[in-house]
Parts: sequence; structure tokens; C-alpha cells
Amino acid sequence: MGKKILTFAEQRDNAFKKSAFEVTKLGRTLADQSGAELVALVLGGSVEKIASELGGYGATRVLTVEDQRLERYSTTAYAAVVAEVARSEGADTVLIPASALGKDLAPRVAVKLSAGLAVDCTALRFENGGFVATRPIYAGKALIEVRVKSAAAVFTLRPNVFTAGVADGKKASVEKAPVTLSDDHFGARVLEVQVQTGRPDVTEAEIIVSGGRGLKSPDNFHLIESLADVLGAAVGSSRAVVDAGWRPHDEQVGQTGKTVSPSLYIACGISGAVQHLAGMSSSKVIVAINKDKDAPIFQVADYGIAGDVFDILPALTDEFKKLLGK
Amino acid sequence: MKIVVCVNHVPDTETKVKVGSDGKTVDRQGINYILNPYDEFAVEEALRMKEKHGGEVIAMSLGGDAHKETLRKVLAMGADKAVLLKDDTMRDSMGVARTLSDALKEMSPDVIWVGKQSIDYDNAAMAGLIAEMLNIPSVSVVVKEEIRDGKIVCEREIEGGHEIVESKLPAVLAAQKGLNEPRYPSLKGIMAAKSKPIEERIAAKAEIAVEVLQMRKPEPKKPGKVVGSDVGAVRELVRLLHEEAKVV
Repeated sequence: MGKKILTFAEQRDNAFKKSAFEVTKLGRTLADQSGAELVALVLGGSVEKIASELGGYGATRVLTVEDQRLERYSTTAYAAVVAEVARSEGADTVLIPASALGKDLAPRVAVKLSAGLAVDCTALRFENGGFVATRPIYAGKALIEVRVKSAAAVFTLRPNVFTAGVADGKKASVEKAPVTLSDDHFGARVLEVQVQTGRPDVTEAEIIVSGGRGLKSPDNFHLIESLADVLGAAVGSSRAVVDAGWRPHDEQVGQTGKTVSPSLYIACGISGAVQHLAGMSSSKVIVAINKDKDAPIFQVADYGIAGDVFDILPALTDEFKKLLGK
Repeated sequence: MKIVVCVNHVPDTETKVKVGSDGKTVDRQGINYILNPYDEFAVEEALRMKEKHGGEVIAMSLGGDAHKETLRKVLAMGADKAVLLKDDTMRDSMGVARTLSDALKEMSPDVIWVGKQSIDYDNAAMAGLIAEMLNIPSVSVVVKEEIRDGKIVCEREIEGGHEIVESKLPAVLAAQKGLNEPRYPSLKGIMAAKSKPIEERIAAKAEIAVEVLQMRKPEPKKPGKVVGSDVGAVRELVRLLHEEAKVV
């Protein structure tokens, strides 16, 4: 393993997602460590004009597959294209972001390439001629280190964990990859994308403001939302408030919700059940606001205020407004 | 309509994970096992499909005898029969998918349901793996579904929104929380489950492509700073986040 690394650069609406840069940058690091070649791949409806941007993150060569039918995601067609390019390039290692799209795509690519699959990796290093990946299991209650023994490997990388840094201004050479797609490749295809406007998603946000049962009623979540909006943050929720029907399930953080790794996680009125802590304890900085000073959330918090959320939240929102000049 | 729902038997969410003596797997002692929570949504949706379109629901699981408990629960919820692919050895997700897909090939179902992910190894890969092995489409993270003109139209969750996906059948679908409200097994259901068959088959051992080198607990966090207990602490907290932690 380690002859050629193929990185899948995800885009939406013909603009790269941040993870595209994270994956490319890691690909460059691993290629340098292992002596492998690196090639980046981008597919979509109209992606040739953005492809060279990946040069800023370490790609020297970018392959594009442009087809109107790839404008929206199709699990079957995307998998066919990625596997075909990997095969024709002789790539034995494929890096894909562990995003909604990447998590769906990677298993199919792995089967097509008879490759070992390690998902949602938070570290990846070259050691004794192969790659060793670290990945959280039980929503982060434990970590495993795995080695792929098969000749080829597919890794998905957790977004927000690997740093892309700033583009260094280099441009990559861009080539069209020769792939033929027939309608048979589109066994499943996206007809429509419904984007919720406003706040970022918890899995992608730099900052998350989360609320729990301590908010006492769904009507009080405006306190969480106001703080989130001042910070440009996502709104998260504990399982208790999602199960009570106060908040939508796509906000739920924890073992039966989403595992998140933002730069800042502000837990408000959340006591910190084991399953919640598992989902958010890999956040870089954690703030807890809870009136019970013995609540388990304080054991993982970097900073805390052992006070009433109804007093603290409005004051905190005002203080951030002042700081950020809003 | 023939619907197969693949289920897993996993430690409950309250489990405090301890690393076992081999340093590679979880210490199973004292753990309470449950039907994987995401699989409950899959089972419920399979039952609703049957109620709407007719047919049968078959529950299938790969694992040791302990998985029978989970299969019994699925039978009590309303599945017609169950299949246990018996093998208790360690495998990677590819190895699990291979055994499930081999069994599915013989059954040739119209719809295969799985949970979005197992809450133990969190691979979230089963739908794609099985579907690719069976060479059929799949839709993951499904929060809504409807069969229209012989195809299935699903809503799946993505970052900051939903995708409406149309898929041919047969297909593999992965259930996400929000898809439905799973039913509790009724007393009648529990009684009926006792006489429903669980067919046992010996599953072939699988090759391991992804080897676990070690399992460990994450580094414990250093004790944090409690800045205060009232609004007087707010300014200091913001200062610390801005100047010390540099996250705002």
C-alpha cells in the first residue's frame, strides 16, 4: 500500500466543501510520508473551473469528471466513477470525507475495489509500509487503531479534525478523466435538494450552542438560538429534548445523534448523560452552563458557569455582541 | 412484498465502555445489550410497509446465541420470522456485509432495511456494502419513504438539509431517527413471538481485511475552570474564550 493516493474532493453547487481541502491536504502529507503519488478527483455538473483550487492544498494533479447528471449526488453513479478512476490510475488508497455524501459513497467504492474500509478516521499515519488509522467507536467512548491488511484501502476522514490550513496559491494541473456513464449507473439519484436556510449543521459548525432539559420548555430555546446566531453557530440538542419533541432530531448530539468536533461547544442546561458526553467530548473547547455544579458535564468542560441558564444566556449573548461588534 | 430487516445486538447507550483484557475489544462483563436503536426505526418502517403493501417481514441477524433475544424482540414487534446467521467471531464491516449479502441473495427481497449505523462500531456502512455486493441501489440516512410507481422515493438527511432520492427496487434502505416512532411490543405480540420460528444457519468465518491493533479510552480531560455561578462571571468567561482559548 502507498503507491498512489486518490483523494475525493467533495463539492456542493460547484463549490468545494471545506472537507475537500482537508482531505487533499492530508493526502499530500501521507503521499510525502510514504513516497506515494497523489491525485485528486472532483466530480459534478460544472467543476472544471474550480478544480485547480486544490493546488493550494497540495494537489499537483486534479482529475475531473463533468456530467450534468452528476450535478446532484447518485450513490450508484458516483461509486462507479470513483472506482473506475481509482482502477485506471492504479490508486491503492482512496481518501473520502466522512460527510453525508462520503459515508454513503465510501462503502460502495471499497466493495468495487475489494479494498478494506476504515471510516470516520480522526488520525491516519504511514507505518511499516501501510497506513494505520485511528477511529472513535461507541460515539467516542473508545478509540481503535486499525491497519488495513488488504492490498487496497478506503478511508473516510471526519470533517473538522484534519486541518487544511490556508491555500498557498499554487495551482494544480487539471485533466479530464475518461469515464463513460450510462443511464444504468443511476439506479438511485437525487431529484431535489431541500436546503434549510440559516444556521450551519452541527457536523460542520465551528461553534455549537446546545440546549437540554434545563431550558424547561421548547419556548425557551430562543435563548439558545439568539446566542447561536450572534456566534454564527449551529444549534444542538440533547436526546432528552429531542425525544420530548421539543427540537428536531437532526440537532441531536450524542450516541444516538451526531458526533461532533467543533472548536467550541457550549452546553446549556445539559447535565451530561454518558451518551451525550460521548458525542461531544472531542470538541476542542467545551463550556458548560448548568445550575447543578455537580452535573457530569462539568467533568468534560474546559470552562463552566454553575448558574441558571435563564440568567446567564441573555448576558452571554449581550457580551458576545459587544465583543464581536454586533 | 418481501422485506428483510437486518438487526444488530449492541451495548445500550448507558454503557461505560471498558477495554477488555485483549486490549482490542470491549470488556463485555456487566453490559446490557439491546436491539440497536437505529434498527428499531428500520423494523418499524418494515412493518409499516407490510401493513400498507402486504407481504412479509423477515428479521435477520449475524452473531451468537445472544442475538436471539434481539430477534425475539423484533418478532414481538410484528416480524413474521427470523433468521440467525450464527457466528460469534470478530469480523470487520466488510465481513459482516459479505455474510448478510450472501444470505440475502438467496432470499431475494424487494426491500432490505438496516439501521443507519450500529451504535457500537459506528461504521454506518452496512447499506452501501450490502447494496454494492448485491449490485442494487441504496439510500442511507432515510427519514421518510414512499413507494411510487414501482420505485421508492426517500428523503435522506444531509448537512443542513434533505435530499429527495428516487431509487429503483429492490434497494437497501438505512433508517435514521425521525423516520417513525417505533412501536412497543404488545403483550399479544410477545406471546405470539414465542411460537414464531428463528431459523439458525451456521455462517462461514470471514477474512479480516481491517485488523484492530489496539483499543483505548480517550485521554481524560483536565479539570476545567468554573468561572463563577452568576451573571457576574459572564464577562470573564467571554474574555477567557477570546484571549485564552482563542475560539471566538
